[in-house]
Parts: sequence; structure tokens; C-alpha cells
Amino acid sequence: MFRRERSIPLRGSAAALCNNLSVLQLPSRNLTHFGVVHGPSAQLVSAAPEGVPLAQRQLHAKEGAGVSPPLITQVHWCVLPFRVLLVLTSHRGIQMYESDGSVMVYWHALDSGDASPGTWSGQILVFDIPAKGPNIVLSEELAGHQTPVTDIATEPAQGQDYVADMVTADDSGLLCVWRSGPEFKLLTRIPGFGVPCPSVQLWHGTVAAGYGDGQVRLYEASTGTLHVQISAHARAICALDLAPEAGKLLSAAEDTFVHIWKLSRSPESGYTEVEHCHGECVPDTQVCGARFCDPSGSSFAVTGYDLAEILRFSSV
Amino acid sequence: MSVRTLPLLFLNLGGEMLYILDQRLRAQNIPGDKARKVLHDIISTMFNRKFMEELFKPQELYSKKALRTVYDRLAHASIMRLNQASMDKLYDLMTMAFKHQVLLCPRPKDVLLVTFNHLDAIKGFIQDSPAILHQVEEIFRQLTETYGGLSAGEFQLIRQTLLTFFQDLHIRVSLFLKDKVQNSNGRFVLPVSGPVPWGTEVPGLIRMFDSKGKEVKKVEFKHGGNYVTAPKEGSFELYGDRVLKLGTNMYSVNRPVETHMSGASKNLAPRTQENIAPNPLAKEELNFLARLMGGMEIKKPSGPEPGFRLNLFTTDEEEEQAALTRPEELSYEVINIQATQDQQRNEELARIMGELEVTDQPRQSASKGDDLLAMMDGL
Repeated sequence: MFRRERSIPLRGSAAALCNNLSVLQLPSRNLTHFGVVHGPSAQLVSAAPEGVPLAQRQLHAKEGAGVSPPLITQVHWCVLPFRVLLVLTSHRGIQMYESDGSVMVYWHALDSGDASPGTWSGQILVFDIPAKGPNIVLSEELAGHQTPVTDIATEPAQGQDYVADMVTADDSGLLCVWRSGPEFKLLTRIPGFGVPCPSVQLWHGTVAAGYGDGQVRLYEASTGTLHVQISAHARAICALDLAPEAGKLLSAAEDTFVHIWKLSRSPESGYTEVEHCHGECVPDTQVCGARFCDPSGSSFAVTGYDLAEILRFSSV
Repeated sequence: MSVRTLPLLFLNLGGEMLYILDQRLRAQNIPGDKARKVLHDIISTMFNRKFMEELFKPQELYSKKALRTVYDRLAHASIMRLNQASMDKLYDLMTMAFKHQVLLCPRPKDVLLVTFNHLDAIKGFIQDSPAILHQVEEIFRQLTETYGGLSAGEFQLIRQTLLTFFQDLHIRVSLFLKDKVQNSNGRFVLPVSGPVPWGTEVPGLIRMFDSKGKEVKKVEFKHGGNYVTAPKEGSFELYGDRVLKLGTNMYSVNRPVETHMSGASKNLAPRTQENIAPNPLAKEELNFLARLMGGMEIKKPSGPEPGFRLNLFTTDEEEEQAALTRPEELSYEVINIQATQDQQRNEELARIMGELEVTDQPRQSASKGDDLLAMMDGL
């Protein structure tokens, strides 16, 4: 059972994007950072555990030559082993900031070139990040997708001989599983089936993907084998999140529902199993972002299109 | 954002405009032949080939302000006149209606069915005019050509582009409030029951498979909604059962439509900050408007046909009152361009361009102005 907690007000409503909520948990400082895209601006709010907002900041996409002010497509905290960066993306390019958004440390302009505005190449850019400072370098461009990339998920390596696994998803529903290293290597391709895959997660070698037709599917990352298929939602899924410690998966969709699932591996068969834990309806709200707010998955936050607040829920 | 959104936005808003005008013409007891002439003139102007050509060019969406100017011109394409307050109300109703339709579309692709619903109804207004009917059917074909092959991902992008256009608009419409389609806080009701979109399964099932793809376990869970399977898919053909009711005419003579302005302004405040600031878009939007309306062949009222004024409110006093009490941030500040074909147009346009110059911006090169005049010359 979950109950509604105090909402965090936003200066601007959330935009109708997918994955439109990023959360940075800072338990040692008794703080949680939230990031939401409004449109031409993104809003960062930090809050105390009870949801009391403490600080606020708005970031804008870098202006460039062009007609209209650029719209931000995503705001996301990237937690690296030695550093946390805040990444802002727009059609103009990629902006990276220190985790509180105070200083921009890097700007990578996207080459619009001959591509007509509104198409994205499907390329994945890999950046080398130093432990501190702005010396960020584009190290690789991965070609695996032909349609715009929607989401990227990573997890620390299962084995010893490499650093991390990564899965990327695109508008056609295609998933690519990569292994990191001095160069990234494409391990598996999991084809789509005619709907976009806006959101993807990786947990213990299992890919969890949310699709435009409301399905959540779980695949074996190394082989691409489908293990679980959930008719989870009645509209397009907009966000997935993981509480890795507890093996909990959260799915949110435009049908106003948020569902929490428990992932496990059956000891006999070794196959991934899923159990439904909880469903929450956010009345009359087209959800556009949802995240767990603690590693055990006992609280989560939700944003909705046109809603100028972050809704919070915690278990009782 | 998608560069293929404008035709859908324009046609659906245009369709809603015609529904509302048709209802008001009947409510105001305008003689049948005059009412028909107004609708014919507007539809004929809307579906003019040159205008449609401009519309279908891949381009980004312009602001609500710029688009409003086009509809202002369109509404005055005939012998009918509207005061500012009535035009404001008309535009509010149009935008809220289409926002509702976009939000409630089961699949992103269904916005095309909504568009076809509007076109089907438009054909009903001009049944006795084969020439205009042909224009409308041409647009059906063009829509199919432009959108028929798009992927689900591209439609999702179009949907997001439309929702961005409508973000923070919460005008309460009494018809929607009465029908429980909108809440008193201006937000639309999103039902959690009814048919699922075509191609989606009813939620509630978890299926688990072994490594050979054989189903080994099936578990049901309580989803929380009350959904049923979709009965059939709507038709995307020139003629056919669209199945979806969104985009069909919900107005009738006996259901007058009012909008409530109070309460909406609070929600609009954060967004309009950006609109009030000096707008570097003005020149680009002006070019867009000139191109678009240059393609509109507005017939000048000739002969003894007397014009009349349509009122979107029930009385003249109400209309005056509405004009006085409209919140500042909801005013549309229509850009007045006379894209006519007479001799004075160049001077007129140059003057208007001058008027719209934002003074604290560094004076831009004259090239855009020259381009504009050159374009007008070519018409």
C-alpha cells in the first residue's frame, strides 16, 4: 500500500516527453534532487525527505542560429563511479553540468548537417569523463540504430573482464545490448515489433523494456531471448525505473497508471519471473515521468503532462 | 519536434471552427442562404490549393498567436464579421476542443482519424458544391500520402509536438464541464475504462517463457482500470467508418457554449512570461503568415450582398463584457496583415513590417523585409 505524500511544486508544467523525471538520491546529505523538463527550460528542485522544497534552479538549452528557442528533450543525472554529471539534451546538442546545475562543464553541438530538422541519426555518442574538470572528450560514436534513440540504461558488469553493460532503445522498438571496454562492442540486437520503445532498464543481465503499446517485456541481455511479457498498460509507456537493491521495477504510462513489479530469478529454472506488487492511478494525468526515490523502492515520484508539481508516494 | 504537424493542427482547428460557426449561425437565426454562403466561402478559402501547398511544407509549428491570425482572416473570408471578443472565444473553443481530442486519442496515429472525422463533416457542409468537394477530397489524398506511411514513433512525435503547442491551456468550456469531460480545474478527464487502442492488449496478464519460447507460466494481476478489447480499427480510406467519435460535431443549436476565463489565468502565468518578452520570432512568423495568407484568395464582397455580424455570446452586452474582462495574459494581440491584391499592398506591408519592428533588438538587415515584398510581388 502506498499513500500520497506532499507534492513538490514546479515553476513550469512538465512537458509531454517520455522519461520526463530524473531523480538524484543523496541520502548522506538528506536530500533528493529532482529534474523535470518544461519546454525551453528544465527545472531542478532539491527537497528534504518530507518533500519540503529547499532550492530551485532553471536551466535553458543553449541558443544557436535558428528560428525558435530550442526545446529540451531530456534532463538526466549520470551517476559515475567518481562523479555525478547533470546532462541536458536538446536538438542543438548536449550540455553537461556539475550535479547541482551550477556550472556547465561541457557542450557538444549536434551536427544538423543535411538532415532535415526533426530527424535524429540514431547514433550513440560515448564520452570519456575525467574524475573532475571540463576535459570531457567524445571518444566513440556507436552505430546500431537507424531511428532516433529514446533511452539508454547501464549496469555495472556481471563479469570481470569488462566494466559495464549497456542497452539502448529506439523509436522503432529495436534494442541494442552493448559491452563496454576500450571500445564498445554490440552483443545482441532485439528487434522491435512496430511500436517505439521509449524506456529501458537493465537488471542483473535482464533487459526490461517498456513499449508504445503498453507492454513491458523482459529479455535475457546476452541472448535476446524473451522471458516475460506483461500486458501492463492500456496506453504508451512513458517511463521505467529500477530499484536495483530490491529488484523492483516501476512502469508508468499515459493511461494514468503507475505499476510496481518484483523481478526475481527462479532458483529451479533460472528464468526471470515477475510479480505485480502495486498499481497506482494518478487521476486525469497523462504521466510523463516516474522514478523511485530510494534504493529499496519504497517511495516513488511522478510527473504528468501539464502538471506543475511532482507527485510523491511512499509505502505504508 | 515534428515538422509534419502543421497540416493536422490547422485542419482540425479549422474543422472545430466550422462546427462552432455553424451552430452560432443557426442559433442567431441567420437566413439559410447567407449561412451556407459563409461556410462555403470559408471552406473554399481553407482548401485553396496554393494555401494547402504552403501548409503541407515541412516546417515547425508557429505560436498560438501567429496561428490565431490565420483563423481571424479565415473567419472573415466571407460576408460575416466577428468582434474581437467573439473571435477570442471562438479560438478558445477551437483550441480546447482539439486539445481534448489529441489527449484522448487511443493511439498517436488516431489523430489522423480525428482529422478524417473533421473532413467528413466538412464535406457534409458543402455537399451541393462539387468544386469545393473536389478540393476537400484532394486534401484527403494528400493527407494519406503524407501520413499514411509514417511509423508509430513518428506519430508519437507528432502527438508530443501537438501537446507542446497546447501545454498550459486550461480554459474551462461549459459544454465540457456539463458532459463531465473536463474538471472544474480545467483539466480533462482521462477515462480508465472502455476499449483499449487497436493493437494493444487489455492489461492484466503476465506471461513467462522458457529459453525455447514456450510459455511456462501465466499470471493475472489487477490493473485497476476497466478496459475491454477494441472492437475494430477505424478506416483510413476516403470513405469508411472511422469508429472513433473524437472530431465529430458535438455542438447543436440548443447547447450554447460558454467559456470561463477566471481560474485559467493562474495556470497560464508561468508560460506567458516567455510570450510577452521581445520576440525574435516575430519576423519569421510574419514571413510564415504572409506566405500562408498570400495563398488565401479572399474574395472581396461584391455587389449588394450585405454583411452581418456573428456573436459567439448570447447577447451584445455579454460580448462587450467579455471584451472588458478578458485577462491580460489571454489576449491574443492579433497581427493585422492585409494580404490583399491591390496596389497599395507593398506600402501597407512595409508599414506593417515597420510597426512590428521590436525596437530594442539590433536592427536586422533589410533582407527579410525585401524577401517578403518580393514574395508578395510574385502572387
